[in-house]
Amino acid sequence: MIIDLQRFLKEERPYWEELEKLLDTVAADMTFKMGLDQARRLQYLYERTATDLSKLTTFASEPELRHYLESLVGRAYAEIHEERNRTRWFAPFDWFFSTFPCAVRKHAWAFGVACLITLAGSIFGGFAISGDKEAKDVLMPFPGLDIDPGKRVEREEKLSDADRLAGMKAQGTSFYFTHNTKVSIMTMAVGVFWGIGTVVLLFYNGVILGAVCVDYIRAGESVFLVGWLLPHGSVEIPAILLAGQAGLVLGAALIGGKDRNSVRGRLRLIGPDLVTLIGGVALMLAWAGFVEAFLSQYHEPIIPYAVKITFGAIELICLTLFLIFAGRTKGLFARRKGRGAA
Amino acid sequence: MNRVKSNVLDIRTPEGIVFSLQLAGPVTRFLAWGIDFAATMVLVLMLTYAISFFAIFGAFLLFVGDWLAAFYAVAVFAINTGYNILLEWLWRGQTLGKRLLRLSVMDAQGLRLRFDQIVIRNLLRAADMLPALYLVGGIACLISRRSQRLGDFAANTVVVRTPKVLTPNLDQILAGKYNSFRDYPHIEARLRQHISPEEARIALQALVRRDALEPQARVELFSEIAAHFRNLAKFPEEATYAITDEQYVRNVVDAVFRSQKAASEKSPR
Repeated sequence: MIIDLQRFLKEERPYWEELEKLLDTVAADMTFKMGLDQARRLQYLYERTATDLSKLTTFASEPELRHYLESLVGRAYAEIHEERNRTRWFAPFDWFFSTFPCAVRKHAWAFGVACLITLAGSIFGGFAISGDKEAKDVLMPFPGLDIDPGKRVEREEKLSDADRLAGMKAQGTSFYFTHNTKVSIMTMAVGVFWGIGTVVLLFYNGVILGAVCVDYIRAGESVFLVGWLLPHGSVEIPAILLAGQAGLVLGAALIGGKDRNSVRGRLRLIGPDLVTLIGGVALMLAWAGFVEAFLSQYHEPIIPYAVKITFGAIELICLTLFLIFAGRTKGLFARRKGRGAA
Repeated sequence: MNRVKSNVLDIRTPEGIVFSLQLAGPVTRFLAWGIDFAATMVLVLMLTYAISFFAIFGAFLLFVGDWLAAFYAVAVFAINTGYNILLEWLWRGQTLGKRLLRLSVMDAQGLRLRFDQIVIRNLLRAADMLPALYLVGGIACLISRRSQRLGDFAANTVVVRTPKVLTPNLDQILAGKYNSFRDYPHIEARLRQHISPEEARIALQALVRRDALEPQARVELFSEIAAHFRNLAKFPEEATYAITDEQYVRNVVDAVFRSQKAASEKSPR
């Protein structure tokens, strides 16, 4: 049997147009909230159009009309069957002080693993440079790090008369921020190779960090090293570790392990956390870039090392307390509420 | 769900309705990326000119030049990283390139596309672009049965084609035409009984697209289709006398796609 296509079109087209209009209204306004009557009408129109599509597929192979109805049914399906909360207004304060630290704590295991991998890389880098002097050229092929630490300290501590970075500090901030954010995004992104890419990058970062530290410690410039690295490193290094955490969470979701959810289900669950983590990382790196350009590059006698080290230590303590305690009450409340609803 | 690679993604709703999304291939997607790349270059160029203009006035003050250069660096980074994210969010899964080539990003389950999905699929371009020119992403796209690059896989999204959908204008080909077959309702009924939806679709599409055909091809096509339908149901000679093959197919389509009631009501005599 083939349906009377023209009569079918004449009778049903008003319903399709009504559905299309309603869907356009919902899509155009992110804050649009449907009333009960509208929701019922949407359900009715969806079911009617879905039935029309079914009839059309069974009784008449009219491809253009079928595509049109498929498009309508697909859009209505997305509105009706989406059970996740719709994004309405982004609350930056709430996001930073609650969502971000909660996401870090939720995947604390991955942060721990990222720390261990970086530590392993640091130990390797330290041993490599202490056992083989030539390894320095390979491990630290960066300008500023390839020279003898003693000579560098001597040179930089002499530059006390003039502000050698005058007119370059803001550019320095933007450079550190954009460069480190790119590195962080890459660290997270390569987690898509079952986490292996993230492990490699974290280990490599650790190698460089360990090599630099051992190089300066062996040269007897430990105080300079801490005074130089701690003000920005106390935020920058945890930020890279958090990016690594995101990459490892992504890798773990792909591998699965004991999780009985499907890969798609697991990825769907971690998606918002990944975005939160990398967003937090970007903010931390903006701060670290600012500190690195405006504070870290100045040494004694311009800024006493004690001041720099104290500043860095306070930052680290604040960051640690923030990540451990911020948003905790709300997180617990949210979990209780979730259980209650279930 | 079909495990074989296909250019169509079928989604079955809980109500048992199946609808299809036509997946975009890697070549079309690469072209869309090329357009977007050019668009970001234009934006960066415009920004460069704007900054240069302000720099003329700001060059006298050291700190202004410094902050201007910093702003430029951050803005270029924001354009390169945020262009796709922002447009896909604002234009419901489309960027300029995707809009021009009628592509759109969608949730792989047909659900609403979320902001976190958009961010993930775009940040993971960093992995898809390795080692250069989207080699990893391109290979993943070719292998994946849903034509997904790694970013799409992680974000649970697909890129689909969104061809312009037009409802067929049947009035243009059917209404107001005399149909000699209507005088033989029993043969029309037999025709409707024997004809499959696929055969009916071919005849209808041939009529809809007849003006796009070359004259010779048009004659040959309608000749073949008419010959096929003549075998399904034989109308008396007076019903088919002096009508062309195209008119024969038009009569068949009219008979098939209209109910008897509608035909008798609207048939001009």
